Amino acid sequence: MSKDRTYLLAVEGLSVSFDGFKAVDDLSFYIDSDELRAIIGPNGAGKTTVLDLISGRTRAKSGSVLFKGEELTKLREHEIVRRGVGRKFQTPSVYETLTVFENLEMSYPHGRSALGAWFFKRTPSVVEKVHEVAELIDLKDRLNDTADLLSHGQKQWLEIGMLLIQDPQLMMLDEPVAGMSAPEREKTAELLKKICKGRAVVVVEHDMDFVRSIAHRVTVLHQGKWLAEGSMDKIQSDPKVIEVYLGH
Amino acid sequence: MDATTKEPEIVATASAVTVASATPSTKSKGTGSSLPGFWGKFFSTAAERNAFLLVAALILLVFPALLSPFRLSLVGKYLTYAFVGLGLVVCWGYGGILSLGQGVFFGLGGYCMAMFLKLEASDPVSTAIQSTPGIPDFMDWNQLTALPMFWKPFKSFLFTAAAIPIVPGILALIIGAAMFKRRVGGVYFAIITQTVAAILSILIIGQQGFTGGVNGITDLKTLHGWDIRPDHAKSILYFINAGLLLVATLLCYHLSRSKLGRLLLAMRDKEDRVRFSGYSVANLKTFVFVFGAILSAIGGAMFTLQVGFMSPSFVGIVPSIEMVICAALGGREWILGAILGTLVVNFGKTFFSERFPELWLFLIGALFIGVVMVFPNGLAGLRRDALAKAWAGFRGRFGKTPLSPNDLAQSGLAGAGGTEKP
Repeated sequence: MSKDRTYLLAVEGLSVSFDGFKAVDDLSFYIDSDELRAIIGPNGAGKTTVLDLISGRTRAKSGSVLFKGEELTKLREHEIVRRGVGRKFQTPSVYETLTVFENLEMSYPHGRSALGAWFFKRTPSVVEKVHEVAELIDLKDRLNDTADLLSHGQKQWLEIGMLLIQDPQLMMLDEPVAGMSAPEREKTAELLKKICKGRAVVVVEHDMDFVRSIAHRVTVLHQGKWLAEGSMDKIQSDPKVIEVYLGH
Repeated sequence: MDATTKEPEIVATASAVTVASATPSTKSKGTGSSLPGFWGKFFSTAAERNAFLLVAALILLVFPALLSPFRLSLVGKYLTYAFVGLGLVVCWGYGGILSLGQGVFFGLGGYCMAMFLKLEASDPVSTAIQSTPGIPDFMDWNQLTALPMFWKPFKSFLFTAAAIPIVPGILALIIGAAMFKRRVGGVYFAIITQTVAAILSILIIGQQGFTGGVNGITDLKTLHGWDIRPDHAKSILYFINAGLLLVATLLCYHLSRSKLGRLLLAMRDKEDRVRFSGYSVANLKTFVFVFGAILSAIGGAMFTLQVGFMSPSFVGIVPSIEMVICAALGGREWILGAILGTLVVNFGKTFFSERFPELWLFLIGALFIGVVMVFPNGLAGLRRDALAKAWAGFRGRFGKTPLSPNDLAQSGLAGAGGTEKP
């Protein structure tokens, strides 16, 4: 499959085990640009571990992760980020004592070396980009508030904004709507549909309704293994998936 | 940013005061409240700038005017430790990297300077009675007959001036790169730096012929023929040291106001987020560690010049920990606190050791324990409380001068409650 052409992200034969427990086992899947892919699966299926492996947080035991044809498994986290892979954590991870503006500015992909950061200037283009992203995540009128004043949902959006400002070609979001109210979920779905243009977005999620509303394709994991893949309708009628989710 | 209304601004500042009480240096940064112009590059508020100017006046005017030459040279010595304190505020207070081995860098800077001065003091004429004239006296006592290789470049002042920051800088770079790339941090890093301090002081003491051993390098006389020992020379060195210290302080303030300063605080609390924003956390940590080491080294070199000798007792574990205590007493996130903390601890040490020669170590220990128990945030916390109290008193007395529409609405209440305050 992978030999035909270059995918944006090609995961092949990826495996990792912790103390003998195979968290991810010989996993392969492929993602193209402009695609919004959901990864679902029961607890312990290895969803978050897959994100950890792609983003370099966990080292793979074997297998490869090719991003635009480049191997990621040997790179360090920040190098992977600089290649264009953004990652959002499960719990909102923003800088609470800084303002929304500063949170976005900190993530702006310039001045990433120590001296570069020391002499980083808030140029008009930085300010413009921050405003542009703030508009997109609907936090334009909260720019001067410190992040700890935001609601849970707004923190999630802020973190998505912190990824967006880096303009990554692959965005990985770990449970972006966990703990959100229904209107917030809707808004997040709209946001994700908007941002997957020109890039690929991978969402790990439990909420099936949410997945149905956003995902182009769904990959189902079970005990670290690839179980099924396809549209949400196809997945939901797959007997293997039903068995895994509903038990024997 | 400018177009925002006043309302969120007030909310932001009010919350920054309450929420950021544990992290004072992050409050009101980057919002509309920053100082304009030259000072704005260094300080976020006028109060912080004024505090800096007060400390500068204290060091440059008040001490020289009030203190005898002997006392002034003591203050000059204390101020060389303040360089270490500044480095610790940046490394530990901002970056969360606790080093218990800053004495290593202070000592290396001091030894570089001492080697140059010693060679100048060991000319063949004044060492004519030695069996090998022209080498430092302690080498002669240890039966060395030629100057060791690594001493030779220190005949050049230019080389020495370069070596003072570079030698400790490179050592810090090696330690930092080796540790931070492997994600060694926290207590483990502190222990390793402490080990380095122990190793270096043992090495210096053991290699007596090369280093002067436990006595250190003594009898330093001139710098390029200029006698550094008389009072007037000491007072000139005091002002050079004070000037360097204030420049270093401004440099730290400049760093703290930059994106690097915010990154360090962010890294301390959310290391993974910083890493996944594309920053090399290891490189940032190594950078500030080297920065702190270079500051310490400058302090060490100035120490040697002012005090006239350098010995292993400024390298090992005890002085390194004392320097951390000074920074903690100042409030580890308050840059000026490093200077004030150093002054308070060392004035205390001198005072106790003169008045209570038998008890002074216990008293200084009690001072530390007391400070940690009563003012966990050090002088920075004390200053904040004192300012808040003074402000409350001021508001109580002059409660009819409101600040914002919000205050206006409550001024009746505030005035009535506030009058009870003295």
